Amino acid sequence: MYEKIFEKYSPDKENLIYILHDIQDSDPQNYVSEDAVQKVSEFLRIPISHIYGVLTFYTMYSTKPRGKNVIRLCESPPCFLKGSEKILMQLCEILNVKVGETTEDGFFTVELCACLGICGNAPAMMINEDVYGDLTDEKLIKIINDIKRRA
Amino acid sequence: MKFYRSHVLIAIDDNSLKAGVKKIESLLRAKLDKNNLSEEINVLETGGLGYFGTGVSMTVYPEQITYANLKEEDINDIVEEHFLKGRVVSRLVLNSTITKKYNFNYKNRVVLENSGIIDPENIEEYIGVGGYEAWEKVLTQMKPSEVVDEVKASGLRGRGGAGFPAGVKWSFTAPIEAKQKYVVVNADEGEPGTFKDRLIMEGDPHKLLEGIMIAAYAVGATKSYIYIRGEYKLCIHRLEVAIKQANEYGILGKNIFSSGFDHEIEIKIGAGAYVCGEETALIESMEGNRGTPRYKPPFPGVEGAWHKPTVVNNVETIANVPAIIKNGADWYNTIGVEGCRGTKVYTMMGDLKLPGLCETEMGTSLRTIIDEYGGGMKDGKQFKAALVGGAAGVFLPNEMLDVKMDFNSLKEYSAVLGSGAILVMNEDVDIVDILWSIIRFFRHESCGKCNPCSNGNPVLYKLIDKIRKGKGKEADLDMMIKVSEVMNKTSFCALGQSPYMPIKSAIDNFRDDFLKRMK
Repeated sequence: MYEKIFEKYSPDKENLIYILHDIQDSDPQNYVSEDAVQKVSEFLRIPISHIYGVLTFYTMYSTKPRGKNVIRLCESPPCFLKGSEKILMQLCEILNVKVGETTEDGFFTVELCACLGICGNAPAMMINEDVYGDLTDEKLIKIINDIKRRA
Repeated sequence: MKFYRSHVLIAIDDNSLKAGVKKIESLLRAKLDKNNLSEEINVLETGGLGYFGTGVSMTVYPEQITYANLKEEDINDIVEEHFLKGRVVSRLVLNSTITKKYNFNYKNRVVLENSGIIDPENIEEYIGVGGYEAWEKVLTQMKPSEVVDEVKASGLRGRGGAGFPAGVKWSFTAPIEAKQKYVVVNADEGEPGTFKDRLIMEGDPHKLLEGIMIAAYAVGATKSYIYIRGEYKLCIHRLEVAIKQANEYGILGKNIFSSGFDHEIEIKIGAGAYVCGEETALIESMEGNRGTPRYKPPFPGVEGAWHKPTVVNNVETIANVPAIIKNGADWYNTIGVEGCRGTKVYTMMGDLKLPGLCETEMGTSLRTIIDEYGGGMKDGKQFKAALVGGAAGVFLPNEMLDVKMDFNSLKEYSAVLGSGAILVMNEDVDIVDILWSIIRFFRHESCGKCNPCSNGNPVLYKLIDKIRKGKGKEADLDMMIKVSEVMNKTSFCALGQSPYMPIKSAIDNFRDDFLKRMK
């Protein structure tokens, strides 16, 4: 099932980060599975340990299954100054999860991340590929409900 | 070329996309079509205008009127009133204090001169405002060594944080005989509070490409990489479009302008690691490894990507190069201050009336930046502190507001310009909270390679967390300074060396905030 991804790249180590991005994006549970690591290891002819080293080093990857929508709330100082802690509490309350956990229906995972580079609109978060800024409690509820409704 | 009565420039960036700009743009086009105006009014997409909180905004030329916070229902009014009857819809015009700032803001721009004015996804617009002239000049009139000398003479210093002279960096790599050399642009903008590179790439990607090509010609590199963080989706898209167009126009590729010079630019995408902003860690990441820094020397200029000589420069540094070549080093030396030439792009945020970005001459005072570009303090509150330079920056109190913002002047106050991030805090902010957040950040981002950083940051976090919870003692403050000082002297790379600056400046200048938590 990873052949389509492998076809896009030459079997060089420098493509590892892209391949892992692609695998994670194509997985319905937003993670890189053990099976995938094995296949990548065979394709690139590099040790599994190296791949795990890379996977666990970068914050965008996950080795555990995640929800369909990954929420990454910025915890850097500019967002913190603008009340990101309160937003995080609210977010965890609405979804009834702790940081790093996935909702029971497998729909959302809440994570924290470093600066997203939209500090003029702090506090900010990213859901999958989309960025949301100027968060307030009301806005947060609306965003979550909109995503639920679209599904 | 076709002539239009008016041009409408719609700012497309991450912020306006969220506010539904695409829908509004298509409504506008449909409405213009319906009124047979699409032959007279040209609608163009451009980069962000440089201020925030204004939702969907568009500027109409030649009148130069900016409408902001547009909703779908406003489009009817704009087309019927403005374009059909020539009457400005005053209720939608951007607040004049902001427009004033906006004009003021453009006066000094070098790097962002085109941002918000041209369509970043159209190479012809960039060429139309004089783009790629410097590239042509370099290829047809200058020897590589002359390019290096010109950049050296301009006094351009690296904008990534350290402020190393760019021309000197190039001069290490240029004379080396090697089959392959590389230019790498560091677009892994991870310093909290910094988003200047994002706005450069979103607003004027061709300027970056032109700078890269000039740098590559100067040092003899036939291949360049832009290492960009995975979160910057719009930048990645715009750069991809720009590279494709440059190839189609023969500005990039084989035997460019029949000069015999070949060049290729590739985008490399990161996966989220602050330490990859360190140049050798960035190279490790490009090669498909964990992004941990390498031992220096050898410096990347001698042995970098795939062990080949590699020049690594920040986006803003490279974006200065076309203007230097086009107008000459003498011109560049008229901007800024002795020892620190040119402009600097700042990102301003926190308790300001007008958070956003500005580009101004090196040596402008912090007070001017906060009051004139940032619009002053929000809600009539008093200024308490500014964190200048991002998480690895320094807390500056009220007494230091008149400090000149350039590498040398800030050094006198043991401060740094860093990436140009300015986080402004009002009287209600507790410095303990902010420092806690900064240390938590460093603890999370430490790469684990060297002992002082990977063990020091958790120690610092324990101490600040204790203080924040009201369980600290005054001796803990001295301990924090001591630990971070040891880290500063012994850590392998800048990450571990950094916590010392915010910690020392916070405790020195705002000791009362810490003592209050100890009662």
